[in-house]
Amino acid sequence: MSAVTKTMAVVVKDVKSEIRTRYALNALVMFVVTAVAVILFALRGDTPSTVVLAGMFWVVVFFTGMSGLSRTFVSEEERGTSLTLQLVASPGVVYFGKLLFNVALTLTLILGVTGVYLVAFPGFVIQTPSIFFITLFLGSLGLASAATIIAAIVAKAGSRGTLYPVLSFPVVVVLLMTVMNATVKALDGDPLSSATVDFLVLISYVMVMTAGSYLLFDFVWKD
Amino acid sequence: MWAVKYASVVLITLVTIAGIALPLSPSPQSWLEFPVIPGLEEKARNIFFHVPTAWTTVLAFLVSMYFGYRYLKTRDLEYDLKSVSSAGLGFLFCILATVSGAVWAKFNWGSFWNWDPRQTSILILLLIYGAYFALRSALEVAEKRAALSAVYAIVAGLTVPFFIFVMPRMMSGLHPGAQGDSSGSGPLFESGMMAANMRVLFYTSLLGFNLLYVWLLNLRLRIARIDAGLLDYTKGE
Repeated sequence: MSAVTKTMAVVVKDVKSEIRTRYALNALVMFVVTAVAVILFALRGDTPSTVVLAGMFWVVVFFTGMSGLSRTFVSEEERGTSLTLQLVASPGVVYFGKLLFNVALTLTLILGVTGVYLVAFPGFVIQTPSIFFITLFLGSLGLASAATIIAAIVAKAGSRGTLYPVLSFPVVVVLLMTVMNATVKALDGDPLSSATVDFLVLISYVMVMTAGSYLLFDFVWKD
Repeated sequence: MWAVKYASVVLITLVTIAGIALPLSPSPQSWLEFPVIPGLEEKARNIFFHVPTAWTTVLAFLVSMYFGYRYLKTRDLEYDLKSVSSAGLGFLFCILATVSGAVWAKFNWGSFWNWDPRQTSILILLLIYGAYFALRSALEVAEKRAALSAVYAIVAGLTVPFFIFVMPRMMSGLHPGAQGDSSGSGPLFESGMMAANMRVLFYTSLLGFNLLYVWLLNLRLRIARIDAGLLDYTKGE
């Protein structure tokens, strides 16, 4: 098998296992609903500005992602399947398989949050869809690339639940600042060209994170 | 190492006395005359203490990353001791830079914290150091702790260039060199706003703080080695 088919096999395995157990997905959906409900209670019918809306959008995405994205590696450790995976696949294949699965999960999550926001907040109107969807795509790539390597680290450490957001936040904060910036532009109806700088930062972030994680993954994965 | 020790103490003492109490203008008319930087005035004296601590913070982080990388390559725990000793010092200097910067900000910009891009970056660096030590304390086995914390330090280090080079220039800020700064880009000592005497004192201070870092790193490393040796001894090795 070539590396690509092997990688796809890891993704398919993870997707199947996710569909059978709904390990991450159920928790993610409930987390989004709870978080948005709390925000709505806190606002009491107030109409927040686009800056606040864009900020809260990514806050919900970040914390939901933090509760679900670590599952990819933690579940392998908990079920005791990580040794088998080490035997049958090379670290690079495992890394990219998990990364692709996390990208798919993050994209689903972000699109879900977008749907909830469109319904729940009248002020959340996407005036420049091009900026918005490019930001969503690059944002989920970046979030997944950072989350995957940190999930791999956390899965090997003892206290998993609390450590994950603590380790992730400093690493993804550049990404969060940039996507929040770009989302405000999309909600305010700025032209596509105004967000070019943000896209360049996001693309370089994704490239740096993915390349670095790929090179370092060996040291985390093998005990 | 004793030369480094005395040199750092002498240089920092010299900088403290000269930076606070000596006239720095080329031909001073009065005692305490200070070469004026527009907008900073006398408060610019802090530059001799704030900037070197911030510089040492970044240096300590890079050293920590480098020894983390060496550990991953060689699996020699000695490198992990070097890495964590440097990170501990970086944390200390990071707190010093944050506090000295916040005090300066209070008197120059009006409040202790303004969410200036560079203030944001130093806060994130503090969080990285905090997360690094949280990760280390969560791991029991020395080899695993060394490998995972080295990987985390490198992953976190990958985002540092964004904070140092991208964010301050993309966002409007209050530090020199931020976007929309009328005096051009680049920190103060690049744009020629510092008088020659000031520049000499500034570089002396930088050297002093770097030597202080080297000395403290050596001290910490020796303590860490003894600690590790004691641990082996109590285990009966």
